[in-house]
Amino acid sequence: MALDRWIGLVLLGVCLVYGYAAWFTMDDMLAPFMQRNPIWPSTFPKVLSILGIVASLVIVLGLEKGEPKIGDIDYRKLWEYNLGQALLLLALMVLYALLLRPAGFLLSTSGFLILGSVILGERRILLTVVIAAIATGVVWYLVQVVLGIFLRPLPLFMGG
Amino acid sequence: MLEGLLIGLQTALSIQNLIMVIGGCLIGTFIGMLPGLGPMSIIAIMIPVAISMGDPSAALILLAGVYYGAIFGGSTSSILLNAPGVAGTVASSFDGFPMARQGKAGKALTIAAIASFAGGTIGAILLMIFAPMLSSVALLFHSAEYFALMVVGLSAIAAFAGTGQVAKALLMTILGLIMATVGEGALFNMPRFTMGLMDLQSGFGFITLAMAMFALPEALFLVLKPREQKDSDGDIKDLRITRAEAKSIAPVIGRQSIQGFFIGVLPGAGATIASFLGYAVERNIASKAEQDEFGKGSIKGLAAPETANNAACTGSFVPLLTLGIPGSGTTAILLGALIALNVTPGPRLMIDEPQIFWAVIMSMFIGNLVLLILNLPLIPYIAKVLSIPRNFLIPFILFFTLMGAYIGQNNATELLLLVGFGVFATILRFADYPLAPLLIGFILGGMLENNFARSMQLYDGVSFIWERPMTLGLLIIAAILIILPSYRARRARIRASGIADGD
Repeated sequence: MALDRWIGLVLLGVCLVYGYAAWFTMDDMLAPFMQRNPIWPSTFPKVLSILGIVASLVIVLGLEKGEPKIGDIDYRKLWEYNLGQALLLLALMVLYALLLRPAGFLLSTSGFLILGSVILGERRILLTVVIAAIATGVVWYLVQVVLGIFLRPLPLFMGG
Repeated sequence: MLEGLLIGLQTALSIQNLIMVIGGCLIGTFIGMLPGLGPMSIIAIMIPVAISMGDPSAALILLAGVYYGAIFGGSTSSILLNAPGVAGTVASSFDGFPMARQGKAGKALTIAAIASFAGGTIGAILLMIFAPMLSSVALLFHSAEYFALMVVGLSAIAAFAGTGQVAKALLMTILGLIMATVGEGALFNMPRFTMGLMDLQSGFGFITLAMAMFALPEALFLVLKPREQKDSDGDIKDLRITRAEAKSIAPVIGRQSIQGFFIGVLPGAGATIASFLGYAVERNIASKAEQDEFGKGSIKGLAAPETANNAACTGSFVPLLTLGIPGSGTTAILLGALIALNVTPGPRLMIDEPQIFWAVIMSMFIGNLVLLILNLPLIPYIAKVLSIPRNFLIPFILFFTLMGAYIGQNNATELLLLVGFGVFATILRFADYPLAPLLIGFILGGMLENNFARSMQLYDGVSFIWERPMTLGLLIIAAILIILPSYRARRARIRASGIADGD
């Protein structure tokens, strides 16, 4: 079974869970006066879940035939590409998300930019550090001072 | 009307107001380029500045300049980085980004600038002529028709995005609609499908999803398969548009200015629907050879949404100025600013304070002209973004997607959602699922449900579907749009296998 039909199967599961939540779990919580409304919070999701189940069944069962075509990247040979770099960058983004609040904007951002370049194979460390520092400073200034959106600059333990 | 024009010119051409227009356009363009900050947030940020000026015409002129600048700036980031920061420019990235990938970034930006200029200017002329009349037409559209109009828009997108694979595009649209139901709806004060997570209470962030669907997979593809570096000067030399190209986009610009304007007039529709519908319509009426170009860097496919969204922005001023009803989020913020300045927009605005009404229209002309003059010389420098070495560009794209998602909500969980959806979107792209319908379904989902709910309440059931002929007509069109392509594909296949030649 090709990847697109596997995805169809997964989405079918999502639609079934969604449909279950819409059809069986939501209406009990409804206040009595709202039950007199012609439309309930669950009405639209109920319609959507049926449409979604039909559409994903069409894909899973392969009712609509299209010629299989290979895009920019053939996922069957994924390991032939720079998969390691991509996974490392994704991990770095997760790390950034977790560290942004505790470590402060300046530290985590410049760290993210430097490590990102290093993962991609940049070896001129000094250049990377300078660029990252300037970019971090400029973005922080723009967001914090010009736009007035609060970004905690320094790590927590430094009282930032 | 001539008298009004002169009053407007007099007000708009004062030194102070000219500086306001130029400053507004510049601020709008530069901030609009940052993904994640759309016109709505920029105008919201500029409101304190505008109110402190005290002069309503100057304030409105400044904000109108910011508005146009932001729309143009938003298209640059969708064209160059495939990172649309504003819902209205998502359609521009369909063809603008492939053009930039082919080394025609300069040309793409030029077309965007010219199309925006034409759309904005023609829109302003239409506004002048039609503003008084249109206010009454807009009132004829009920929520039932809005609902039907959005269904048409969604099915048009699903039918066109999934060439030969309508089911996939349809499933993506439905998935987008499903995601739009997460969180608290406007009509029911009840959290839905949040799985008990506080962070999902307000639903998924639009910017988070836009970044995850477009920018992040693009960056990951760049990492996975480095493409050959083009020589850096290649971006700039292809700046000019040839006569043949100008001839082919001129009718597109003409049609889309008018269509976009009238869509923009309808409250609630606005630039987003106008740009998607404009793209879909132009794709549909193009010749077969040109149709194949769409999505691969067609100049028509770029000019259409760019013209339509600017014309629609202008159109959305009609209900604001004539009825006092804001047609979009942005004009709602403008309405707030006007009330704070002691101006009440409405039918009496043109009679009581004509100088404000006409000054705004004149400043639209001036703003568009200023944008064109400022941006055309800047384009080579803006396009240089693409010649940044890959080792630096990719971390920065990733960083801007993260920043865009973070600034909007100030919530670090949003970043985890971004990464998760980004991985999901990349896998979907591997399997050749179109991603645009998902995002469009998500954007229109809230409006769709609200209008559906409103008409259900007005008619106490679904009877509005057959009791209102306009609604029924629109829904039938939507059904045809879905069924026709798969029917045609099936017939073509049968014919190809040589069985049923007779039908």
